[in-house]
Amino acid sequence: MKTIQFREAVAEAMSEEMRRDESIYLMGEEVAEYNGAYKASKGMLDEFGPDRVIDTPIAELGFAGIGVGSAMNGNRPIVEFMTFNFSLVGIDQIINNAAKMRQMSRGQFNIPIVFRGPTGSAGQLGATHSQAFESWYANTPGLKVIVPSNPYDAKGLLKSAIRDDDPVIFMESEQMYGDKGEVPEEEYTIEIGKADIKREGKDVTIVSFGKIIKEAYKAADELEKEDISCEIIDLRTVRPMDHDAIIESVKKTNRLVILEESWPFGSVATEITYQVQEKAFDYLDASIVKINTADTPAPYSPVLLKEWLPNSGDVVKAVKKVMYKD
Amino acid sequence: MKNKNNLDPEKAEKLLFQMLLMRKFEEKSAELYTKEKIRGFLHLYIGEEAVATGIIQALKPEDYILATYREHAHALARGVDAGVIMAEMYGKQEGCSRGRGGSMHLFDKEKNFFGGNAIVSGHLPLATGMALASKKLKRDNITVCFFGEGAAAEGEFHEALNLASLWKVPVLFVCENNLYAMGTALRYTHAVQEIEKKGPAYGIESKAVDGMDLLKLMEAANKAVEQVRSSGEPYLLVCNTYRFRAHSMFDAELYRDKTEVEKWKKRDPIPKFRKYLLKENLISEAKVQELEKRLNTEIQKAVDLAEAGTWEAKEELTRFVYSENPVS
Repeated sequence: MKTIQFREAVAEAMSEEMRRDESIYLMGEEVAEYNGAYKASKGMLDEFGPDRVIDTPIAELGFAGIGVGSAMNGNRPIVEFMTFNFSLVGIDQIINNAAKMRQMSRGQFNIPIVFRGPTGSAGQLGATHSQAFESWYANTPGLKVIVPSNPYDAKGLLKSAIRDDDPVIFMESEQMYGDKGEVPEEEYTIEIGKADIKREGKDVTIVSFGKIIKEAYKAADELEKEDISCEIIDLRTVRPMDHDAIIESVKKTNRLVILEESWPFGSVATEITYQVQEKAFDYLDASIVKINTADTPAPYSPVLLKEWLPNSGDVVKAVKKVMYKD
Repeated sequence: MKNKNNLDPEKAEKLLFQMLLMRKFEEKSAELYTKEKIRGFLHLYIGEEAVATGIIQALKPEDYILATYREHAHALARGVDAGVIMAEMYGKQEGCSRGRGGSMHLFDKEKNFFGGNAIVSGHLPLATGMALASKKLKRDNITVCFFGEGAAAEGEFHEALNLASLWKVPVLFVCENNLYAMGTALRYTHAVQEIEKKGPAYGIESKAVDGMDLLKLMEAANKAVEQVRSSGEPYLLVCNTYRFRAHSMFDAELYRDKTEVEKWKKRDPIPKFRKYLLKENLISEAKVQELEKRLNTEIQKAVDLAEAGTWEAKEELTRFVYSENPVS
């Protein structure tokens, strides 16, 4: 094993795949000459040259569509959005072309494309730069949505995403790029659509994904001191969702808390809640509690931002609530 | 023997038949629409046939074509079977998208026909991307993208042209300027109404051509296609044309004067071309009559295929959404 940063995991995944398949290229704002806005493509221009690591203008709709078009014609593009906040400018190409082309042409075209970049909040960036659109993309049939939470998962899942024949939304975080973690020296991939039990426990199931899961780890440490044992499930893939992993855990713990960094209305947590009440209704000993951001655009003020964003204290409170210990 | 416009009797007949097929196919489609055999939106190309015919005759089978939601004619010119198109509009399993696409989403990979793109301007970046992939994969072909002047007001037009030029990819942008973006006249939507002036802003050679005259179109198309092929760089060809029918079957056409429509109908490209061929002795009256007979048979065959077609089983609903052999 070796220890690398999350950004290195992303770069290694892309570079390894580009070495084995010449039809893959990387395109996005500042991915080449600048070495990536968050250095997730550092060194790649030097290795692969400007034909395969391509700087784009600030034209998300155009280059998203160009990516899809090239995927229809034999390429396997990786399209980087500087953040998924900017993917909104290009979302028509993702929803109307990438996600639908296969179905509306009766499967004549695969669209093997990865759209990747950071999601969610990253400090005091204000309303337009702090959004999490996992549930928006996961709402769309034809797309797969992956949100890793550590370097190991990021590398293995990104390699699978690049090899996948369908469009994949791959969401990272500005605040995770510096996170360190162990990855094997040898090559590996992680199957898309499989959740991972990050911590086994018996009293409460906590489901989360992406960087916010770290708040669940902190909460679980704290709760352990009070003899409350939390099982933490990292979804890793939001769509297709690993319902079985969640249901199995809930059948064991009989209690569920969902932690997610996005607005509450129609969120990933809402979907999980529906699935669990349908498939494990009789196993629940308490109402499900979901923790989301506040139902407002993200604020700038540090005081307000702290109030807006879920934290480990919210998780502790939620766990105690489902255990009737509040 | 070819005449001064590079036409011989065989090609002349083929082109006339193609335009007549487009016209009759769509007249039949309109009739079937009123009978509720075809549903959804139906956008007819009637009046604009010379554009698709003139451009596509200049292409090789390995060249790629992307068109808008007004694309029956382009699909026919590309050789997509009329019956398969009709069956798709009926929503039947025998259709080119097995009834998942309908009139606005026709695809035929075998024929290198890439839609049927129903979001205005959404396929311009796709075309640039396809041409980029051809360049990367060293494929010896060009991509042709048809769109209306309405699409030239979208940001995607500008992004796709800028990057096609910056990255030097072999794509021919063909603007079918029929003067109305849905029901809104060109003068209300573009500050600069000569669309061909927008190409040079991105370093793209551009030209406007009379879109009602097949001979002029062929000449302009042959030159444009040759230039894209030899230079590997984009080109913008603006074809000034007119649709004789409404925007879609739901359009009462209150935005334009009937006398304007009648004026343009006098420039109908089909009788014009037929007259020319007769004058040049490239076709005989008897041959024209024979063509029309063949045409009726072809249309009837298409309708019969669609009528006799089967509905996709409802168990097939979830098919084709994701690839069937996921790799991991």
